[in-house]
Amino acid sequence: MNDMRIVKRDVDMNDTKISAKGVQVFYGDTHAIKDVDVEIKDKTVTAFIGPSGCGKSTFLRCLNRMNDTIDVCRVEGKILLDQEDIYDKRVDPVQLRAKVGMVFQKPNPFPKSIYDNVAYGPRIHGLAGSKADLDVIVEKSLRRAAIWDEVKDRLQAPGTGLSGGQQQRLCIARAVATEPEVLLMDEPCSALDPIATLQVEELIDELRENFSVVIVTHSMQQAARVSQKTAFFHLGNLVEYGDTQQIFTNPKDERTESYITGRIG
Amino acid sequence: MSDMTANTQPTPKSTSSLYDETKRTKRRNQSEVRFKAYGVAAIAIGLFFLIALLVAIFSNGTPAFKQTFITIPVELTESALDKTGNRNVDEMSKVSTFGYKPVVTNALITALKDAGIAIPFKKEKDVEKLLSSSVAAQVRDTVLADPSRVGTSVEFRLLASSRVDGYFKGRVTREDLIRDKNLDAEHLDIADAMAKAGLMATTFNADFIFGSDASESRPEQAGIGVSMMGSLFMMIVVLFLSLPIGVATSIYLEEFAPQNRFTDLIEVNISNLAAVPSIVFGILGLAVFIQFVHLPQSAPLVGGLVLTLMTLPTIIISTRASLKAVPPSIRDAALGVGASKMQSVFHHVLPLAMPGILTGTIIGLAQALGETAPLLLIGMVGFIASNMPDGIASGFLDPNSAMPAQIYEWAKRADPAYYERAWGGIIILLLFLMTMNIIAVILRRRFERRW
Repeated sequence: MNDMRIVKRDVDMNDTKISAKGVQVFYGDTHAIKDVDVEIKDKTVTAFIGPSGCGKSTFLRCLNRMNDTIDVCRVEGKILLDQEDIYDKRVDPVQLRAKVGMVFQKPNPFPKSIYDNVAYGPRIHGLAGSKADLDVIVEKSLRRAAIWDEVKDRLQAPGTGLSGGQQQRLCIARAVATEPEVLLMDEPCSALDPIATLQVEELIDELRENFSVVIVTHSMQQAARVSQKTAFFHLGNLVEYGDTQQIFTNPKDERTESYITGRIG
Repeated sequence: MSDMTANTQPTPKSTSSLYDETKRTKRRNQSEVRFKAYGVAAIAIGLFFLIALLVAIFSNGTPAFKQTFITIPVELTESALDKTGNRNVDEMSKVSTFGYKPVVTNALITALKDAGIAIPFKKEKDVEKLLSSSVAAQVRDTVLADPSRVGTSVEFRLLASSRVDGYFKGRVTREDLIRDKNLDAEHLDIADAMAKAGLMATTFNADFIFGSDASESRPEQAGIGVSMMGSLFMMIVVLFLSLPIGVATSIYLEEFAPQNRFTDLIEVNISNLAAVPSIVFGILGLAVFIQFVHLPQSAPLVGGLVLTLMTLPTIIISTRASLKAVPPSIRDAALGVGASKMQSVFHHVLPLAMPGILTGTIIGLAQALGETAPLLLIGMVGFIASNMPDGIASGFLDPNSAMPAQIYEWAKRADPAYYERAWGGIIILLLFLMTMNIIAVILRRRFERRW
């Protein structure tokens, strides 16, 4: 797990999927995110790293407007998803969240069966015309989340009865079932043991083929292992953003270097 | 690293053994033991009172479920009941209960003579004091229901008077009768002889459960059935108004409403309303529903409306608490896959909160079922000697009473026979409350399993 080796991967010059310009976030009087500009590429894993309370999760939650549920939260600036401003008045956050799925820090399956957990998104979005279609979607999503083989015989068993790692993969299956274009992951492995973490990380790498993945993580090793792009946040500022390899081997900013080498954090 | 000397010092040797309790530990352990003893004592006191209460209720109340009946054949003489001999119900109904009374009294005298029981009175007619004054009406109703019975002898199960009934239940003794002009000690001798001859027996009385209230002088006839219907219709009103209103209010306040001064004010007021004495709701109902809206007095509809007002805060508070108890991660999960706010509430939050909501609702209903004070103010303590409401509309709109109001009414009356009936009414009320609680538990179990 302490493998700091950076896997050399081909980073295609993908198109920009999400582009944030001058994003400011306020929680009441607290200025949580200060003027962040970032371009997230399509079909790429982007990692947000930084010390606790630096605003990386807050910024992540801006990308699918989950912060709307917090009354005191105010977002300024522009976040464009495929050139469309997601904070535009005409945008329904519900439609946005179907396109930008999210996996949370703590596995949070619905207290329903495994099948219903995965089928819920497609059902409410009307993605399946028939029961057979739905079965196909559920199987495909569970396969994508690399959990199909473990649960295929007990799809009607409660999702909350699975182990922590399985629950998190079930949540990933649930998130991919709605065919999102972007998948946001907020410290998806922080509640998992090393083996489950490894499984989820492998999964993230596979998901890159179909989605643009943004992952918030506390573990720099994890960022190095799974991501192609890394953004380092510190005290609400985006300090440095670039290829993962460059961030970890040749950081341009002093603060990034200090954090990576363990001097601040 | 700089402090090298610290490492060379030996570990301090323990001066005390682990086997000895230090003074401090001893004190702590003692206080723990004391605290446990207080707890056990508190529970014991509670249990003692509970048992005392139950024993009192059941020992006082069970006699109300039994009643003394006199079973005799009654000769329905044509000359007294149908002078024209046409068997025309309209003509026959002109004969009032006064016309029937001698018929029943004569039947009793005949029955006593047949059984060889001596009548020690100067006037044989005095034996009628053994019978309830309701028997004439009972015989009359039977005759008018089927006029062809006139001229035949029909066996009747007639209510004994409440004094005789009390004698068999141990409530009335011969000494009591010295000061009682309603009955003489000789009557009790006859009653004993009749019981021996099988003419008189104390048996289960279904009329207490299903019958209607009776006048002050004939407690033996009174039943709680009609006021039970009154309570039932009220509970229907309460359930169908307070559950949807209460749950909708809670969901809006908990999930959708913005947090501002106004919603804070509403919240504080809901909590305050829960603590408002119920009689206040009663006078409010009197002023609004009866004097302003002109709804009928004493009607279960009005009672239900008043009790709804009273129950709403309870339901709202418990519903909000159970909505709050649903982990926010479930809401996040639903929103995260693109559910709308309402879908997240109705698909995920509400089913999880359902057991709590149901418990709160049923507790609210139980509270409403046992509530008396507001009913006094809207006149739901009416004396209802009529029969069951003959339809749904009349159930809601006709004057009625409610179980707790009926119990209060009985407890107020002078005759000790009514005192016994009040306890009996409480047993029935408690059975209802227990049933409701059991339903709450069952529903909770089912919903919990279903998720």
